[in-house]
Amino acid sequence: MTEVVQATIQFPYKRSLGPVVGAFMTALTDRRIIGIRSGDRVIAPPLEWDPDTAEELAHDFVDVGPAGTVESWSWVASPTTQHPLDVPFAFALVKLDGADTSMLHAVDAGSVDAMRTGMRVVPRWRAEREGHINDLECFVPEAAS
Amino acid sequence: MATSEKSTVTLPASLEGVEPVQSVRTPASLDYTFTAGQAQSRFLRGLTEGKIIGEKAPGGKVYVPARGADPDLGVPTTEPVELSHKGTVTSFCIVNVQFYGQGMQVPYTSALILLDGSDLPLMHLLQEVEVSDVHIGMRVEAVWVDDADIGPTLESIRYFRPNGEPDAEVHQPGEHGWADEEAAGR
Repeated sequence: MTEVVQATIQFPYKRSLGPVVGAFMTALTDRRIIGIRSGDRVIAPPLEWDPDTAEELAHDFVDVGPAGTVESWSWVASPTTQHPLDVPFAFALVKLDGADTSMLHAVDAGSVDAMRTGMRVVPRWRAEREGHINDLECFVPEAAS
Repeated sequence: MATSEKSTVTLPASLEGVEPVQSVRTPASLDYTFTAGQAQSRFLRGLTEGKIIGEKAPGGKVYVPARGADPDLGVPTTEPVELSHKGTVTSFCIVNVQFYGQGMQVPYTSALILLDGSDLPLMHLLQEVEVSDVHIGMRVEAVWVDDADIGPTLESIRYFRPNGEPDAEVHQPGEHGWADEEAAGR
């Protein structure tokens, strides 16, 4: 006869953010989203380096959003404990107003039928914010906000 | 997050006065369901009774902790063998570095201990000895937790400590380890 052992292994990672992602996280605590200028483009979330030339970018931040447009999405019908929401939701690429790139985040649309590419979304913020991407709990359809 | 570190975050003017965020915690965790199997279940159940149960292979070798199979022969080990609580240090490591979740005061010693009658050393803590006095061939004995705290885990043995016996001769362990060979007069 055999028995089963339940065990959990935890890795308590902490990482420093640097000058650019640090500024992005700081903005989240203030319920704002910032991007960074790279030539004619605005990259949001901001990167420290130009993705085309690998040159370091000047710290020229711009406010983007907070509303945006869903460019692509994938429905998560059965969320696990590791997912950002405990109800069915979409992972989506959201191009924030004023940005030229999109950011990956969750969209709480209630139902897969409410999801479509091109839909307008706005952030839902957590009441308690600590400088983490989850300060922005998720995006929700603009009409529902 | 509150920090006294020098700020390395460049904030735009619009964020003036907002406390800079320097770092982020991203803990990761893995949940395991582990099936011990027959041999390890016998071993773990033995621990709850204050016994160390190994497994004998058809070739005569005794393994503890048992994995249920003989790596030499590739056959199941089916015969449980109760082992001595005494053994010999075959190798050891002095841990001088404090790390997260360690729960031990450094320095301390982790040792491979070949129990009398076994052919496979067991890794465990060595205590009640200065780390500088630990050596290969040292004779040790198991110190168990209180009966109330005993459970199906190797932590039921709190640690091993020197038992005062003379050192075992340092040579390659053979069938059933060093002490039995000595008893055999080799």
